[in-house]
Amino acid sequence: MAGEIDPMEQFKVEPVFGNMVVGGYDLSFTNSALFMFLVLGALWVFMIGGMKRELIPGRWQVAVESVVGFIDDMMRVNIGPEGKQFAPYMFSLFMFILLANLIGVLPFAIVPGLHTFAVTSHITVTAVLAVFSFGIVLAVGFWRHGLHFFSLFVPHGAPAWLMPIIIPVEFVSFMVRPFSLGLRLFVAMTAGHILLEVFGSFVVQGLNAGGALGPIVSLLSFVMIIGVSALELLVCAIQAYVFALLTSLYLNDAVHLH
Amino acid sequence: MTDLGAMYIGAGLAAIGVGLAALGVGNVFGSFLEGALRNPGAADGQQGRLFIGFAASELLGLIAFVVAILILFVVK
Repeated sequence: MAGEIDPMEQFKVEPVFGNMVVGGYDLSFTNSALFMFLVLGALWVFMIGGMKRELIPGRWQVAVESVVGFIDDMMRVNIGPEGKQFAPYMFSLFMFILLANLIGVLPFAIVPGLHTFAVTSHITVTAVLAVFSFGIVLAVGFWRHGLHFFSLFVPHGAPAWLMPIIIPVEFVSFMVRPFSLGLRLFVAMTAGHILLEVFGSFVVQGLNAGGALGPIVSLLSFVMIIGVSALELLVCAIQAYVFALLTSLYLNDAVHLH
Repeated sequence: MTDLGAMYIGAGLAAIGVGLAALGVGNVFGSFLEGALRNPGAADGQQGRLFIGFAASELLGLIAFVVAILILFVVK
């Protein structure tokens, strides 16, 4: 049966500074918006701090340079020389997702009344990011190749009698990309947060139950939380990387058409 | 069997897919390590493909998780 602690409650979007309804639309400033601004602020501080252009770079500048170089490398390897023009978009995408994921697992809830909010654990946010990427792929493809872009659905060297099967399959696999892109990030973050919350509720309920077995369950759950948190940090980085990597592969398709 | 009980059983069955995806992800990284230990020089160049394989097999496990969540919270 459901316990006292609802693992879904952490995903609730609620207004921070009271409700604001304009012309029938709810335009309240929510905790989701607040954490997006936090992500923006963190990214801003990170970049401003590292862009002093010193001749002998300090630690901070090296950190910024290595992230920029990492994205630059990814573009060059996956797209080629034309990839450089997408580096700013990809850098913003990667850093936004990475920082949103990392801020989402910060243990703010130690302070009573506060709790952190993972922006990327909502499909509305990740789907918009995926639609951005997909839209850029479409725009680049049609801009560079015009209607020739549709030859993306026709693989080279496939026999002609296979075409009635291959073209619909390729079309579906192309159209499903934004869904898989958004869904992957959303589910990976949601699942991790539910897992942490469930083990957290085990700790509380074990302590409340008392007896000889309760504290043991609590202790084991707490050790598990530490392990899962470490795994979550890895997942945060991998998901941001995978999102950027897949976007760059799709861009490569749009630029080079197979 | 009540409807609620059937719902929980269905969600549990859907969650089997998550475990199967674990097999897939383990296979991806295991095969990568097997190849990388034989030819460490070529390993760094294949990391992009490693993560593409990881992403593809992980997605199916995540979809199984979504199905379990849908059965638990959405289906009435």
